[in-house]
Amino acid sequence: MTKGDMRRRERLRVAATERVGLYTLLRVERGTLDPGVPGQFFMLSPPGRVLPRPMSLCLAPPGELAFLMDPIGPGTRALCALERGDQFVVFGPLGNGFDLRVERPLLLGGGIGLAPLPYLSEALGQPPAVLGFRSDAHAEAAALLSHAEVVVDPVLVTDCHLEGKDVLACGPEPMLRAIGELVPDAQLAWEAPMACGYGACYGCAVEIDGEWKRLCVEGPVLAKQQTVTRREAA
Amino acid sequence: MILNASGCLDALTAPQVARQLDAFVTKTVTPLPRPGNAPTRIVETGAGMLNSIGLANPGRERFCDDTLPRLRELGVPLWISVGGFSAREYAETCERLEGIEAIELNLSCPNVDEAPESAAEIVAACRDATALPLYAKLSPANWDIAEVARAVEVAGADGLSLVNTMRGLALDTSSLEPVLGTSTGGYSGPALKPIALAAVFACRRATALPIVGMGGVSTGRDAIELVAAGASAVALGTILFADPDAPGRIRAEIAAELGRLGFESVDAVRGVAHSGGTVLAGR
Repeated sequence: MTKGDMRRRERLRVAATERVGLYTLLRVERGTLDPGVPGQFFMLSPPGRVLPRPMSLCLAPPGELAFLMDPIGPGTRALCALERGDQFVVFGPLGNGFDLRVERPLLLGGGIGLAPLPYLSEALGQPPAVLGFRSDAHAEAAALLSHAEVVVDPVLVTDCHLEGKDVLACGPEPMLRAIGELVPDAQLAWEAPMACGYGACYGCAVEIDGEWKRLCVEGPVLAKQQTVTRREAA
Repeated sequence: MILNASGCLDALTAPQVARQLDAFVTKTVTPLPRPGNAPTRIVETGAGMLNSIGLANPGRERFCDDTLPRLRELGVPLWISVGGFSAREYAETCERLEGIEAIELNLSCPNVDEAPESAAEIVAACRDATALPLYAKLSPANWDIAEVARAVEVAGADGLSLVNTMRGLALDTSSLEPVLGTSTGGYSGPALKPIALAAVFACRRATALPIVGMGGVSTGRDAIELVAAGASAVALGTILFADPDAPGRIRAEIAAELGRLGFESVDAVRGVAHSGGTVLAGR
């Protein structure tokens, strides 16, 4: 909620839930919400939970918003259990997305970090993409980005040629850190637990340039040359 | 009257949420800057959440020179939450503050070491330092919160903010190690409501001080219950994270609930919980 009005929060109806490998794609009717810029996120309120969960937009089919989720905790499991016709509250778009002014884009995704890439790929005209997964079962989710090259652990996305490319990436922290070292100008989408998504809770603080800063305000896509240097207690 | 609980809203980042409030309460200001605690800082639990933000704030000087002037531009009445590690530190910050509606003394943050001086000593020192209204924010973990309330009243407090979070712990589902970087954190959310109600109820009986009730308020009904227990105003905490529209929604729900219960105004509800089931005229 950096500038917009409060009508960015709305109760939406579930259009469908689809299994994509080990993940779930939650498709909701869009209502009056704007899909925003690729890399921005939405707060999804799981029924019966105290706090909403931050999810980047995966796809924006006509009239819909779609979110890719890994059901790893009570919040994501409640969201993945939603059925067609169920209603829940969605708030967004929030935060800063990717800068789309790139000349030779290369998209890199790791695991559930694939989530923002299909929408980003669409916006950039389906540029080359490499997706890394930890297992063949997880890699089934690559169907969401059908033209992407897929690598499975122990092969890493950083094993491919990155020189001269405008890298846009989302994935686990070790992957983002490795990319940041190889390509300092890469645009990296980071992740942190968030209670609010709009700068109120200070829960998503990560260390950027030696200071604890709110990832929901500064990111989740950080400016070029910026990196999360620390997220855990030293 | 609806406020935010200290630390649950950044009015400069979300001014449109702050403008829904009757007054904005700042994050706690300490004499020196505090970077806050290392992550993980938050975790949802079954009926609430734990936080371990650690009073992150720019410190008194930068707050007064930079933050406060920008907050004034919002046009929302300001309450400044003040923290410290000794009565003198609290008092020195109070001395610097002027042109605001009230000062809330954070005497009970579970994420920092308890102040060595007692609540009453801190209130007395601040009373000497400022003529502004002083609200003492107390912990529900105290064995007898009413006694503390009486002590801060005698020391010169003008009101009470009830209650702060309680210390809690959450363990990781796989490793069974603490989730939060600081191990324990402040527990807030719906689970706190009965605890807040009990504290407001007890302090209303023990003192004549006006009370800002807070703890687990997420509906108009919750707000009305705190008023019935004795609160003059309510503050919203965790619900603001989940619902930035909460102040307006809760205001509408309060009006609807008053109608359902047959009360003409919020004032008519105040203290009703103490009337033994009978609504007393004039309360």
